[in-house]
Amino acid sequence: MAGTAAGIDRLTGRAAEIDSPAKLATLLEEHDYLADEGLATAAFLALRMGRPLFLEGEAGVGKTELAKTLASILDAPLIRLQCYEGLDAAQALYDWDFARQLLHLKAAEAAGVTDVRALEGEIYDRRFLVARPLLRALETWPCVLLVDEVDRADDEFEAFLLEVLSDFTISVPELGTIRAETPPVVVVTSNRTREVHEALKRRCLYHWIEHPAFEREVAILLRRLPACTEELAAEVADAAGRLRRADLVKPPGVAETLDWTEALLTLGAARLDPGLAAVTLGALLKYREDQETVWRDGLLGAASPGGGGGGGGRA
Amino acid sequence: MPELRGGGTGDDRAALVSTLTGFARTLRAAGVAADHQRTQGFLAALRELDVRERRDVYWAGRLTLCSGPDDLDRYDRCFAAYFGGERPGPAHRVPAVTVTRFVARPGDTGDQDERHEADAAAATASEIEVLRHRDVARMTAAERREVARLLGMLRSAREQRRSRRRAPSHRGALDGRGTVREAVRRGGEPARLRFRDRKEKPRRVVMLVDVSGSMAAYADTLLRFAHALVRAEPRATEVFSVGTRLTRVTAELRHRDPAVAMDAVSAAIPDWSGGTRLGEELKELLRLSDVRGAIVVIASDGWERGDASLLGRQMERLSRLAHRVIWVNPHKGDPAYRPLTAGMRAALPHITDFVAGHSLAAYEELARLLGEGGSRPGGHAVRAAGDAVRAGDGIPAGDGRGMPDA
Ligand SMILES: Nc1ncnc2c1ncn2[C@@H]1O[C@H](COP(=O)(O)OP(=O)(O)OP(=O)(O)O)[C@@H](O)[C@H]1O
Ligand SMILES: [Mg+2]
Repeated sequence: MAGTAAGIDRLTGRAAEIDSPAKLATLLEEHDYLADEGLATAAFLALRMGRPLFLEGEAGVGKTELAKTLASILDAPLIRLQCYEGLDAAQALYDWDFARQLLHLKAAEAAGVTDVRALEGEIYDRRFLVARPLLRALETWPCVLLVDEVDRADDEFEAFLLEVLSDFTISVPELGTIRAETPPVVVVTSNRTREVHEALKRRCLYHWIEHPAFEREVAILLRRLPACTEELAAEVADAAGRLRRADLVKPPGVAETLDWTEALLTLGAARLDPGLAAVTLGALLKYREDQETVWRDGLLGAASPGGGGGGGGRA
Repeated sequence: MPELRGGGTGDDRAALVSTLTGFARTLRAAGVAADHQRTQGFLAALRELDVRERRDVYWAGRLTLCSGPDDLDRYDRCFAAYFGGERPGPAHRVPAVTVTRFVARPGDTGDQDERHEADAAAATASEIEVLRHRDVARMTAAERREVARLLGMLRSAREQRRSRRRAPSHRGALDGRGTVREAVRRGGEPARLRFRDRKEKPRRVVMLVDVSGSMAAYADTLLRFAHALVRAEPRATEVFSVGTRLTRVTAELRHRDPAVAMDAVSAAIPDWSGGTRLGEELKELLRLSDVRGAIVVIASDGWERGDASLLGRQMERLSRLAHRVIWVNPHKGDPAYRPLTAGMRAALPHITDFVAGHSLAAYEELARLLGEGGSRPGGHAVRAAGDAVRAGDGIPAGDGRGMPDA
């Protein structure tokens, strides 16, 4: 009940227009992001329920891009916390600006103030606090907070992330508790290199993003690369689908099919020509052994123009 | 309380809520962690959607009740079974599985003997000493239970590495917070500068246990060893079973009670006693898991059914990423053993340590390797009756080949 009430409060401005997953999908599309039903529903519920959205999926399926696009739809700043091993509270939450604090102490000493209580009161003031992404997100409204690749951080970090996401407060021992008036829209992403703690996931809506289906990938290519022909888009998406079903070290994500298509277009391709495919394959597959697999097993062969008209039927 | 849209009123709504919570219960029974809090989330999500729409119910449930890709297939099956109709949602990529669970192991005798042996008191210290060097594959069920008990008590210290996190120290980076605190205490007088240095943290271990047919006599014991590792360092240990597919069993092994953990693991592993396609599974591992800087332990006899050259290539990649790669082969305990299988030969050039894994003593040695980070003989770590724990006192013997700890 309380959760829903908070959810309604936050639906002012742009968010108020979004009354269904379909409506959100339309807005995302206007910003060149093509979401399927599941992802649109996930993001819709995250907005309506005020719950963080936890996105997992292989590299390049559009996790980070979704958060960015939500920010543009809501006309809100994106506050991004990129996670890495060793990320700690001073980098994620807040830090004291100790250089300024020391200068202030020096001035106070010169002015004859030596009472510890008085000094503490002056020194531990909000103006000496440097807000890092999590604190900044609580103090900014509206905003979209992106906690990107949380699996890269250590589990100690998960503990304080959980605290922040549970009640949208941060307590600074010397200062007190800082509370978000209205919670930010939160997107947490993971590549699943490590299992993220259950308690954190329980706070969130969980969505696993799959690689796009054939039709949607074609649509993404056409949308993002206006110079691309429908034939080329279909052939590229068909080849990408085939490579994802094959056993590769790193199957291509949307990011890679976009790069590949762009490379093909630069070379003037209107169809997926085997010769051009050969010289551009590095844009699609980052590992040498994957490229070798593709040649050895003839995985691109069927996508060549000789492979039978119309181009790119699904297997 | 806002209504479930399309939920009618009164009795209708009560019936609807009980239908929905019944679905969550069904999921729980199928092994999805759809607890009370999640169920409340499910109902809350449906208040924002249309409960008359099958796909709204599908997505509301999937988004609130599932917590990993492993849940999705179970979710879809339960959804179709509970609400009827087509299996909804997109198809998930499910690797091929061979389901042949192993039940009896060589040396296992009937019920009667089991009960008789269960009465026997725990082994004495001298019996333990004999047991320590016995090959697990040739043990009776009672001896194996004793080994399981001892493994349950294994205290495995973990090699430490320096992290980016810092703790107070005499060297390292300037500690602004500490310096200011000190200055305030001294009434504003500029104090000595304080420093913080990097803290140590346990090095991650990723262990793969081969559960194929040729390893059947050892798989159970190896998984118990893995359980001890997980219990000792739950956040710095990952365990997978390998066979015809790769299965992550870390969560199952987090149960404190070894019996519960082992039951959970055997339910989670779909490919007991099949073949081994280690090359392909290592590839999958490198995709799923971050092995950078980790100690990777592979417990297998190297009886590779797949392409040995693929295995060799994956081992090479693995050895580049991992801090060290330890191969545990139960047959290595036999002095006459030579690593002749194609798989073993392909893997050997990329291994840091090649150790036996057939007896309690061998597992203790392995535990010591994980604690010290180097090959040094002596010392064992099982706390048995009257047996003191020998803590590793060695200095990690870095081999200079692993990745730096950045
Ligand atoms: N549904 C989509 N609609 C439009 N563009 C998309 C979509 N999905 C992905 N893209 C494009 O693919 C690229 C990669 O997406 P993004 O960086 O968000 O992937 P990611 O899942 O965050 O990957 P990583 O795990 O590597 O960080 C983006 O540049 C984006 O333009
Ligand atoms: Mg990303």
